[in-house]
Amino acid sequence: MTKPLLAISGLTKAYPGVVANDDVSFEIGEAEVHALLGENGAGKSTLVKMIYGLVKPDSGSMLWQGSAFAPSDPKTARASGVAMVFQHFSLFEALNVAENVALGMENPPPMRDLARRIREVSETYGLPLDPDRTVGDLSAGERQRVEIIRCLLQDPKLLIMDEPTSVLTPQEVEILFETLNKLKAAGTSILYISHKLEEIRKLCDHATILRLGKNVGECVPAETSARDMAELMVGDTLQTPTRSAEKAGEVVLDVADLSLTPSNPFGTSLKNITFDVRAGEILGLGGVAGNGQDELLAALSGEARTPENTLKVNGQSIGKFGPNRRRELGILAAPEERLGHAAAPDMSLTENALLTGRIRENLTSNGFVKWAGATSFAENIIKAFDVRTPGPHVAARALSGGNLQKFVIGREVLQRPTVLIVNQPTWGVDAAAAAAIRQSLMDLAAEGAAIVVISQDLDELMEISDRFGALNEGRLSDIRAAAGLTIDEIGLMMGGAHGMEVAQVQDDAAQGASA
Amino acid sequence: MDLSAINPVLLIASLMVAATPLLLAGIGELVVEKSGVLNLGVEGMMIVGAICGFAISVESGSPFVGLIAAMVGGAVLSLLFAFLTQYALANQVASGLALTLFGLGLSALMGQSYVGIKPPAMAKLDIPVLSDIPVLGPILFSHDPVLYVGIAIVAATWAFLKFSRAGLILRAVGESHDAAHALGYNVILVRCLAIMFGGACAGLGGAYISLIRVPQWTEGMTAGIGWIALALVVFASWKPWRVLLGAYLFGGISVLQLNLQAAGVAIPVEYLAMSPYLITILVLVIMSADKSSAPASLGRSFHASQ
Repeated sequence: MTKPLLAISGLTKAYPGVVANDDVSFEIGEAEVHALLGENGAGKSTLVKMIYGLVKPDSGSMLWQGSAFAPSDPKTARASGVAMVFQHFSLFEALNVAENVALGMENPPPMRDLARRIREVSETYGLPLDPDRTVGDLSAGERQRVEIIRCLLQDPKLLIMDEPTSVLTPQEVEILFETLNKLKAAGTSILYISHKLEEIRKLCDHATILRLGKNVGECVPAETSARDMAELMVGDTLQTPTRSAEKAGEVVLDVADLSLTPSNPFGTSLKNITFDVRAGEILGLGGVAGNGQDELLAALSGEARTPENTLKVNGQSIGKFGPNRRRELGILAAPEERLGHAAAPDMSLTENALLTGRIRENLTSNGFVKWAGATSFAENIIKAFDVRTPGPHVAARALSGGNLQKFVIGREVLQRPTVLIVNQPTWGVDAAAAAAIRQSLMDLAAEGAAIVVISQDLDELMEISDRFGALNEGRLSDIRAAAGLTIDEIGLMMGGAHGMEVAQVQDDAAQGASA
Repeated sequence: MDLSAINPVLLIASLMVAATPLLLAGIGELVVEKSGVLNLGVEGMMIVGAICGFAISVESGSPFVGLIAAMVGGAVLSLLFAFLTQYALANQVASGLALTLFGLGLSALMGQSYVGIKPPAMAKLDIPVLSDIPVLGPILFSHDPVLYVGIAIVAATWAFLKFSRAGLILRAVGESHDAAHALGYNVILVRCLAIMFGGACAGLGGAYISLIRVPQWTEGMTAGIGWIALALVVFASWKPWRVLLGAYLFGGISVLQLNLQAAGVAIPVEYLAMSPYLITILVLVIMSADKSSAPASLGRSFHASQ
């Protein structure tokens, strides 16, 4: 290997109460794709923020092409040739693509030239993008293109990508990998952060593994098995969730021809959704975020009302019922957004437990709250789901994402639902906790509940669902048995390529006939 | 009733004068809100600007020195708001209300010895040929300079927000402070500058009332114009030219209803007095029905944690 582009030695960064990075050292070579692997909370993001100048290390040093490198802000980092594609938070929805790109550049050319250059770069790398479109109207994959093009326009020497594939369909991932390989061939180094092992084995030349802020090992991903890397990441042997095969029972949840106009103007309309779920069955619904997941959850939980007979549980039409009527019937839901939707951030865990558990756990009498009962219900959740917290008096906001996720899922599971709908049950949760949550969903199904799991993590859906469907632009694909589905078939279901084309041809034919 | 007593040329000329304080305060608040900060202290900054401008121009004998003092006064008061909300992370709504109450009290204290005094007059523009054109002359070319400055500030603000890089950064900060921070922009600095600009504009608007429109000092003389300015920004959908339009509409109907009252129209005075508020808001509500919306980070505190 030639001399390293970036050498990191002994970087340490501590926040009050937690050491995010503890004496981390590694090197990134020229034109190398280097993976940074680790669980959530392993310190990957803090580490790259130090390289990008957003966070100052407490100690340690970096060498950039052999000379000392200590960027005080992102501008200096960009000037040296570091560019970063963020996982969240760096696009402005109300601005257009060109304006977003200009904001990420040091000396942007006038808007007209910039628009031309955006078109050029997007064609060179096979990332089609219209500079005049408003970012708020773009899909997740298109938004990521905006970020990538913003970086590429600055001819970076090192491109940092923070979990770039978490929001992409398998086909979009392929396009991204082609782009990255082109960049590598052109001499750009890439620091690739992910916890998806198969991707890293396919793409990366070298990997550094972080656990609890420490560098716990390096490997050549192509020569290491995914399981070995996972065990290095977790520091333990992995428990794979298991379930005993059950015969599915009667149809419990029956959704027929459900269409819904969302209350949020940027939302997706649901179009003619039809499916059923049997007792003891888990239905997995995949699809890229923003294709109707939130709206479907709202329709099933009762936040949005739907016409008579579109939703039936055990033969009873529930479309007009609000969330509390549905809870009485045992229909419970856990939405995706933990803070602000599933839980009230500034209220204690006891109060949050009370908010959805009031009816089924009988936590009020004559309009007065039974605090003792609510506290013991919260304590039960904490115990049963291994929520790491000092106690039920702690505010929901104070819990880490994974712990709060265990709490909000546990809160619904412990209420013995007959139908449970969860959206992104393990989003941002580390592998061990995710396995525990999945296991609890499977156990619940084994006891006879009908479960709908909406998720963007395909591996998760394949692992736990009996049947699988995908949402695309508010439409639901055909539902198929999950066992034996190939990744290509899933990709087509998610992209809606088949169904859409056929629908289009039929529309055209219909129009031709009527004309 | 004698409607012929109303002279349309004088009406238009005086509506522009009546609208200018509102225009200045509104355009300042527009920039503040575009950066994602909601400053409800406009009324307080206006009245402090009014007394600063009045006192300094009386002491110095120069209305121009007074106007500059008014801008400085408004900006200094807005710095208090900036400190509370940007560094101490206080609630913006509460801080803004406090700023208004504080400004009203402070101005009353400062103005005690200035009641009943006449300030030095501001010379009007008098361009030999242009000002003598019938109709157009009095409407377009015979005002005080501040009125033209007000229109120029609107045009400059529009161009700044639409074409300049600094304007793009300001909008970006107002849209998503987290994203702007991640890209390396100094959110707090941008917001403090915007707040100071808003303060200076509000101060100038206040001084326009005490020095030019009603050349005297009375306690509480801004009489709610700051609140109208706040509503105007929202109903103008955060667009500079619509602020101008709304301000002129409001000014026009205020002047017209006074003329109608003088002409003895058989409508109760109370209805006439409420008409400017009603009609301005109605027109702007209808216009703001398009999809343009508030800056996404409006009113949210920013703290660069982790």
